Amino acid sequence: MRLRRHAWPLVALALAVAYPLAARALGQEFYVGFASRVLIMALFASSLNLLVGMGGMVSLGHAAFYGAGAYVVGIAATEWPAGLGAQALAAWPLAMAVSGALALAIGAVCLRTRGVYFIMITLAFAQMIYYVFVSLKAYGGDDGLSLAKRSTLPGLDLGSDTAFYYTVLVIFAAALVALARLGGSRFGAALGGIRDNEARMESLGFPTYRFKLAAFAIGGALAGLAGALMANQNAFVSPNMMHWEQSGVALVMVILGGLGRLWGGFAGAALYLALEELLSGFTGHWQIVLGAVLLLVVFFAPRGIAGLFPGKP
Amino acid sequence: MNPHLLEIDGLTKRFGGLVATDAVSLGIRRGETHALIGPNGAGKTTLIAQLSGALAPDRGSVRFDGRDVTRLSAHERAALGFARSFQVTSVFHALSVLDNVALAVQAKSGSSFRFWKPVREERAIFESAGSVLRLLGLEDMAGRRAQSLAHGEHRQLELALALATRPQLLLLDEPMAGMGLEESARMVALIDRLKPEYTIVLVEHDMDAVFRLADRISVMVSGRVIATGAAEEIRANDEVRSAYLGEGEA
Amino acid sequence: MTWLLFLEQCLNGLQFGLMLFLLAAGLTLVFGIMDLINLAHGSLYMVGAYIAATLTRATGSFLLALPLSIAATAILGMLLEVAVLRHLYRRDHLSQVLATFALILIANETTRAIWGVQSLSLNVPQALSGSVHVLPGVAYPAYRLVIIAVGAAIAALLYLLVTHTRVGMLVRAGASNREMATAMGTNIGRLFTAVFGAGAALCALAGALLGPLLAVQPGMGENILILAFVVVVIGGIGSIRGALVGAVLVGLADTFGRAFIPLALKHVASTSIADAAGPSIAAISIYLLMVVVLFWKPQGLFPARG
Repeated sequence: MRLRRHAWPLVALALAVAYPLAARALGQEFYVGFASRVLIMALFASSLNLLVGMGGMVSLGHAAFYGAGAYVVGIAATEWPAGLGAQALAAWPLAMAVSGALALAIGAVCLRTRGVYFIMITLAFAQMIYYVFVSLKAYGGDDGLSLAKRSTLPGLDLGSDTAFYYTVLVIFAAALVALARLGGSRFGAALGGIRDNEARMESLGFPTYRFKLAAFAIGGALAGLAGALMANQNAFVSPNMMHWEQSGVALVMVILGGLGRLWGGFAGAALYLALEELLSGFTGHWQIVLGAVLLLVVFFAPRGIAGLFPGKP
Repeated sequence: MNPHLLEIDGLTKRFGGLVATDAVSLGIRRGETHALIGPNGAGKTTLIAQLSGALAPDRGSVRFDGRDVTRLSAHERAALGFARSFQVTSVFHALSVLDNVALAVQAKSGSSFRFWKPVREERAIFESAGSVLRLLGLEDMAGRRAQSLAHGEHRQLELALALATRPQLLLLDEPMAGMGLEESARMVALIDRLKPEYTIVLVEHDMDAVFRLADRISVMVSGRVIATGAAEEIRANDEVRSAYLGEGEA
Repeated sequence: MTWLLFLEQCLNGLQFGLMLFLLAAGLTLVFGIMDLINLAHGSLYMVGAYIAATLTRATGSFLLALPLSIAATAILGMLLEVAVLRHLYRRDHLSQVLATFALILIANETTRAIWGVQSLSLNVPQALSGSVHVLPGVAYPAYRLVIIAVGAAIAALLYLLVTHTRVGMLVRAGASNREMATAMGTNIGRLFTAVFGAGAALCALAGALLGPLLAVQPGMGENILILAFVVVVIGGIGSIRGALVGAVLVGLADTFGRAFIPLALKHVASTSIADAAGPSIAAISIYLLMVVVLFWKPQGLFPARG
């Protein structure tokens, strides 16, 4: 009986596992790297969905944590290339820790505000961090920083696109399971209540600020992990990763995929990147089409793709 | 033991030029049901908000069981045993009726910083929620989305949320607002059954309900308490009658 | 650091601040009255600059192009309000963010499609390309002085409009309590469109005036938009006075920060640290200002709503 509830996710997992083999068979190995990017952005979008969809906090600065995670990997690889800096098992958790701590610090300030103020101050903080990294000449500044090679995992050559893809898949699947449990937990219920009616939650005895801050920090840490993975995927980090337009793109993915839905981040990232890939083949001005699609979604399909499927958010 | 559960001393709140509560001082006795009546705009809801911690007073203090709680936030007071029901229904519209009450039960069932175990598996919480629903006659609506309830049912859910936290002090702001005769009567009967277990501050316009339920009544006009006493005293008080009960003619 | 340099930076800061005010004024009113978070506000600024640049090239006269670009942008702004933004007033903030973000994408890409990615040149009008002696021995670019004058004049005009006219009263009422203003019987729809059009006009003015000083290129709106947001947050939502004070503070802080922080650091720390950290701290000085103000006054300096 429990298996039936997990039927679709297991099918999806099976397809995901088979994907690189199919890609290779069809001679489309490039798309293995593309799929890795989709999964990484799905992780990023899912981390934002925790804030926005579950917690009702519209942050326009989430990319700051994504970029911070990426830079941790980049800087570690630059400073300690022979040692721990190049080790995934050291650098990636460090990226999460740094982004999480940054999110905790920034969230502590931002969450004292509400509504429009909150949106703007998250945006302002992200731009602040962007400018800090742009001015870090030692680590490439505006031009960004290249990584000599991807992080190393014992026993695996992450330089291979296929091996990297499977690593990303495992991480994303684990994150999704964690987010699912989080959603159904006491914490998730509290967050949902705060999103619905924060004043009543306060009145009932929930210290709402602490819950929002915790969600903000967890979301930040997951975004940092996504950043670390993307740094590896591209073997490159740049301040653009923390630009507020990147935050905007993440929000777009969340709404496209389904606000507050577990699979919303994945659906949105897949749709967005597929659209980008498809449209940029036709015209250099594909962003006009993207803008139009986004407007249509906001006005006519605000529940996104996942909104087409029944089920509890 | 302090006979007063709640001691309100000189509570003042201004909004710009308007003085909503003007040095209100009142003692709420342990176990009593104390009604707060007065014309619209008298400052009753503002007073309730300052008592519950939702609004910070400009001046004055609130003591609960001898302890100064004036600087405590709403959630800190809730932890001490305060509960409030709102004049304008304030429930969780996206959740089912049962989930609404379960959330309130969860508030008082230990820490909610638990991230892994599904809350649905916590039978104790849902059983507790179920019994609160039964108390209010809402058990048949348990699965319905809060948004879809009728007005009277909303008011019942509003009260259910306050009760589910097992408080000591109930601050009820017009629990019967907008209810029809029959529903009001049922609500009055319910609150009557609750009286022995709680200390209640009841804001209400329905005078029949007030005179039936209240041990003592305070009358507020223009931000000030002009009289406090037992039901009969208040009924006979001339100042109150002209200011509020509308019996202007001699 | 000479006092000459100090004076020059003061004037630069004031000039930048007054232009920021033009953007922030429209933005704060739209936030305050319509409760609409409009990310595309910067796009109107960009459109104003582009139309001014194109018309200047076509007619040879900046003075002619300026009012035309303002009018055109105002009309465009009002059309946008009626067609798209009006439907967002009752929506949640996330929907507003996404819809106006979509507008930015469309605006930037359309601009690229029409004018290309290179920046458009817009020159300071010949008559104003010289310097003026503000004090004996102190020369300051005439054009920048004109900007200061125009900015100050608009600020005064807005102040008079908002405090001494019926329309202004409606605007202030709307900013502090929208339901009340509607109940008072004003035609809220037309008021909103007019406010939006006015905001667009101010953006266009700023865009055209700053065009010769900053680059006229796709995406130019977003950098200044964020500064305008910071101004609104510092000044308080819905308040023109707050927008003015905030804008001047931000303009001065940014200008002084960039000019003096790296220098100041060199006095207290080693050259290498100053060189590394100086520009970073300068770039973020206004954000630090914002954090400080918010700690002290979480709703800004002069919030319109209680």
